[in-house]
Amino acid sequence: MKKVFSRPKSLKNTAFHYCGGCGHSIAHRLIAESIDELDIQDRIIGVPPAGCAVIAYNYFDIDMLESPHGRGCAVATGIKRVLPDRVVFSYQGDGDLAAIGTAETFHAANRGENITVIFINNAVYGMTGGQMAPTTLLGQVSTTTPPGRSALLDGHPVHFSEILGQLPGTMYVERCAVNTPANVMKAKKAVKKAFQYQMDNVGFSLIEILSQCPTNWKMSPVEACRWVNEVMMKEYPLGIIKDSKR
Amino acid sequence: MQGNRVIGEAAIRAGCRFYAGYPITPQNELTEYMADNMRRAKGGTFIQAESEIAAINMVLGAAAAGARAMTSSSSPGISLKQEGISSLAADELPAVIVNIMRGGPGLGNILPSQGDYFQATRGGGHGDYRTIVLAPASVQELADLTMDAFDLADRYRNPVLILADGMMGQMMEPVEFSDPSSRQYPECYILKGKGKGKSKFIRGLILDAIRMEEHNWKLYRKYQVITQKEVRFETFWTDDAEILIVAYGTAARIAKGAIKRSREMGIPVGLIRPITLWPFPMEVIRSFAERVENFLVFEMNTGQMVEDVQLALGGIGKVQFYGRPGGVIPTPAELAKVIAYQARKK
Repeated sequence: MKKVFSRPKSLKNTAFHYCGGCGHSIAHRLIAESIDELDIQDRIIGVPPAGCAVIAYNYFDIDMLESPHGRGCAVATGIKRVLPDRVVFSYQGDGDLAAIGTAETFHAANRGENITVIFINNAVYGMTGGQMAPTTLLGQVSTTTPPGRSALLDGHPVHFSEILGQLPGTMYVERCAVNTPANVMKAKKAVKKAFQYQMDNVGFSLIEILSQCPTNWKMSPVEACRWVNEVMMKEYPLGIIKDSKR
Repeated sequence: MQGNRVIGEAAIRAGCRFYAGYPITPQNELTEYMADNMRRAKGGTFIQAESEIAAINMVLGAAAAGARAMTSSSSPGISLKQEGISSLAADELPAVIVNIMRGGPGLGNILPSQGDYFQATRGGGHGDYRTIVLAPASVQELADLTMDAFDLADRYRNPVLILADGMMGQMMEPVEFSDPSSRQYPECYILKGKGKGKSKFIRGLILDAIRMEEHNWKLYRKYQVITQKEVRFETFWTDDAEILIVAYGTAARIAKGAIKRSREMGIPVGLIRPITLWPFPMEVIRSFAERVENFLVFEMNTGQMVEDVQLALGGIGKVQFYGRPGGVIPTPAELAKVIAYQARKK
């Protein structure tokens, strides 16, 4: 019988700990498939964040260096500057990247560091139990915005990809999602392209992935996928925000 | 050559190939020296980071990727670096961190002070860890200890702190640079892509309590070895001393001046100068207590190292303290008066 589907070489034979319906495991797979297809498993170094993906090194069969919360882009900068011929990426959530790691992310992009950032936006702090993230939508209920996020009291959803798109140092930014098969395919293409850009020394790239978090959104996986389409994408429209090679 | 620049030159000669820093007085000349000279070194990287936090985390990445890496700052900036220093210790990564101390707490001022002794010698950040702390007292020693710091960091895979103050950083003295030793750092600890081998990860997060405990004890055993092997100190005029001053860094220089004056007046006073503040020369101080009763701890703060001296003596002898915090630099004459007062009281 012909084998048509298998685990990517760059993923270990370990079951994910992620909740049912979570987008992280899909994002992991897309990264691993891209690594395999670009044949860079031997020379890629990943930087997992503090957050749900903190033990990503248990899943990826590549070299990885854990980063303190939010500092992924600074840690990746250090690695890449020492080993410019390696492919270096950081994997960060919305709290990690767009709250505590705002400065590190912004300035790595502004310096045009030749690294790739995978930015998982699920509009909550997942691992700590569903608190408000910088990307939480207005009116969205979280454990720290029980009546729903109020612009007046809690501020507005942060559009970090659009902000980075304004910087001359940023070369490629695209927002994707992993809530439907079609979106998953598009996200895969974007992730692979971002790595390819780094290999071609194009410069800083960031792929934002809208990712469902059924557990903290208190929805079924199916409802969560629908919510990404019907609610989240209205605030965070998919598409290329900047592509310097187009 | 100026102290701050000497640290930079010594670091480059020692093979430092990654430096990230953020401007803060009184250590700016070091950052500027690295900006000027790091690119001269083959494969050298200089980054002016957006913050102290970013700088130390860049050092974390660079150290894991196999570079001899350094960052520098002054007191308030060192507070910001503690997250990264704790991570370096947890991950067992080598790095050199320079603190050119200034007056504190808070923003304090930009004058020489020794207010960061507790922070430096007790780890500084969160968790159960130590950093090796070297306290130079001359520009020559800044050069020598900076070079040694890289070797120590490699040997123990641990962050090493150079604890000097604004006086050390700003003063100019002649200096000779020694030849660096060749680097002995096992390849197996360097993260550079898995190649054909097994993939590696470096992390500080260990969710399982028993395994986390094991890691803590492993670090503890390493610290015990450092405590046994790496204590450094200098003694000055101690042979016939009846009063012993304990001071480090700039305070030790002032103490030497004061001791010369006191000796001219016939007061038998000497100095123990810890060069490593952690590990602290406990045994040495304790052994002096067998024949000397009076200890005078002198620091440019309100009394921090004095606690370690008391700990070393364990209740034997009399420990007095004299300190000037806040960036005040006491004169040898002033300290000589304190010594004379102690001698009369005795």
